[in-house]
Amino acid sequence: MTGQIEQPIGHYGPYGGRYVAETLMPALLELEQAYLEAWCDPAFRKEFCDTLRDYVGRPTPLYLAKGLTEHCGGAKIYLKREDLNHTGAHKINNTVGQALLARRMGKPRLIAETGAGMHGVATATVAARFGLKCDVFMGAEDIERQQPNVQRMQLLGARVVPVTCGSATLKDAMNEALRDWVATVRDTFYVIGTVAGPHPYPDMVKKFQAVIGQESRRQILDREGSLPRQVIACVGGGSNALGIFEGFIQDREVALLGVEAAGLGLDSGRHAASISGGSIGVLHGNKTYLLQNQGGQIQVSHSISAGLDYPGVGPEHAHLHDSGRAEYCAVDDRQAVDAFQALCRLEGIIPALESAHAVAAAMRRAPEYPSSDHIMVNLSGRGDKDMASVVDYLESLKT
Amino acid sequence: MNRIDNMFAKCRAEGRKALIMFVSAGDPSLAFTRRLVPALVEAGADLIELGVPFSDPMADGPTIQAASERALAGGANLEGILEMAEGLRRDCPETPMVLFSYYNVVLQYGVERLAAASARLGIDGWLLVDVPPEEEGEVVPILEQHGLVKISLLAPTTPPERMAEILRRAKGFVYYITVAGVTGARLELPEDLAEHLAAVRERSPVPVAAGFGVSSPEQARMVGGQADGVIVGSRLINVIQEAADEEGALQKARELVRSLAAALAE
Repeated sequence: MTGQIEQPIGHYGPYGGRYVAETLMPALLELEQAYLEAWCDPAFRKEFCDTLRDYVGRPTPLYLAKGLTEHCGGAKIYLKREDLNHTGAHKINNTVGQALLARRMGKPRLIAETGAGMHGVATATVAARFGLKCDVFMGAEDIERQQPNVQRMQLLGARVVPVTCGSATLKDAMNEALRDWVATVRDTFYVIGTVAGPHPYPDMVKKFQAVIGQESRRQILDREGSLPRQVIACVGGGSNALGIFEGFIQDREVALLGVEAAGLGLDSGRHAASISGGSIGVLHGNKTYLLQNQGGQIQVSHSISAGLDYPGVGPEHAHLHDSGRAEYCAVDDRQAVDAFQALCRLEGIIPALESAHAVAAAMRRAPEYPSSDHIMVNLSGRGDKDMASVVDYLESLKT
Repeated sequence: MNRIDNMFAKCRAEGRKALIMFVSAGDPSLAFTRRLVPALVEAGADLIELGVPFSDPMADGPTIQAASERALAGGANLEGILEMAEGLRRDCPETPMVLFSYYNVVLQYGVERLAAASARLGIDGWLLVDVPPEEEGEVVPILEQHGLVKISLLAPTTPPERMAEILRRAKGFVYYITVAGVTGARLELPEDLAEHLAAVRERSPVPVAAGFGVSSPEQARMVGGQADGVIVGSRLINVIQEAADEEGALQKARELVRSLAAALAE
């Protein structure tokens, strides 16, 4: 590394950046260099691809959801089945990449933040696979809500560290992971689970998730001989969305739709829709849309889906929104649960509540097109983890 | 010469090290902070860092996290803190004051608007924990236009070439983070701290102050041996928290500052 402090890179328009304490800056610069070198190294890329094929189970199928299509009328709805990945969600594409990078950099310990626990499980999984130590930071409240995932992480050999500060949810888990990393940066690799955080994370996580878009573009051309009218994905931090968008971003005729969590409604003040209902600020190392008050204090988000329950969004999404290349809408808890049930009954697929937000948006959009057209939804994860949340929600409607 | 340069020059002339106190503004109320700061100055504090609370203080340990939560619960915000600072400036005309916060609080207030207000009210500079040199282009030119400084941070992890570049840009003083970790009182400081500090001080065009983990007069004396100033924060918050009432807290705070200042004058 030279002493030259470079002009801002890792920016997406006015968003992104590296807003972190000096203690972490050298680690981010080291990571950026190691990641760029690894990405250009055919041996690294081969091991990444081989692991995704043999261990994760890629490629995942692209599935024509006939029952859902008939129910909605209009465009055919294809589902990209990321729920069929090992560990049950797209998260593992990224953790495989980052674990390989950690090993290459000689870092024996992984840390991660997790909300619903899916990223925590995916990190604990690769830590076990590659022989690395693993500590996962999780809000005390989320630990209560997501016991099965806590037990999975522990079985995989990870330590789950309860976070009690602040609102005791995902944002606080990320704060605590960053605090740990400041103190352990020499031997620890921080595996961020989404396309947010300081550069190079947004770019790196997108590259590791881009396999979703590359596969699905190839698959849809094989099946239909044409590109979809729309590609739809849920957006919390937004890694599954950027992963699938990446396959179509150059195809200007393909509309990209990101679906945020409207929680109890955008007007209720209890939601997790940073783009639809937030403003620009700086949190967790990047400038982006955030849920905050006028004084710049971060507000607590709400969504029935723990994986979308975060008061920020990846900086590239902020830029895609402003530039108009992608559109962002919001789906509330009720609509998501309706879509969750519809997919269960019409297709025999139990989706993650996160993915159910994208399904809900697709069910609204499909009728706008003729039946000769087709649209695609990223079914980012499976819903076994959400049984208790859905049952509780449906019970609450009865009272 | 501004207040920061004057203060360090005065300390040097008197053959002692500067004592910099971090105050969590608004913990538990701005009215208390308004009384606390003049008491600290009277007891021997040379520079005050006014901590503006943020909901997500990523670089802070449990003590300052809890203090920030109390301050926010008590209604502290930047408007109120600036209003208080105006009174502090009247009471303590010579003592340099630096706003210490995370960038989002400043960004929402408006960088230009806050710089203008700071200059008007006699605040001497800002320390933004999460604005490294890579991102400071959106802040430093505006601060300079208003005659304010951005205090730079150096960490034990900062490599030598990067350190040289940061020191080349440094104004006011440089804040050397003593430990790779978050803020908070610690029983032990790193063994190679003196060596690191000496290396920084040798190369620095501005005074070097060291903080993070310094809590006792003995630690202050040890760190002060290799620096131009010592920064104490969490220990002050703990002392205030442990007191039974406000009067007791002010008394304990004065005693702490006196003992630290005495250690730095030896």
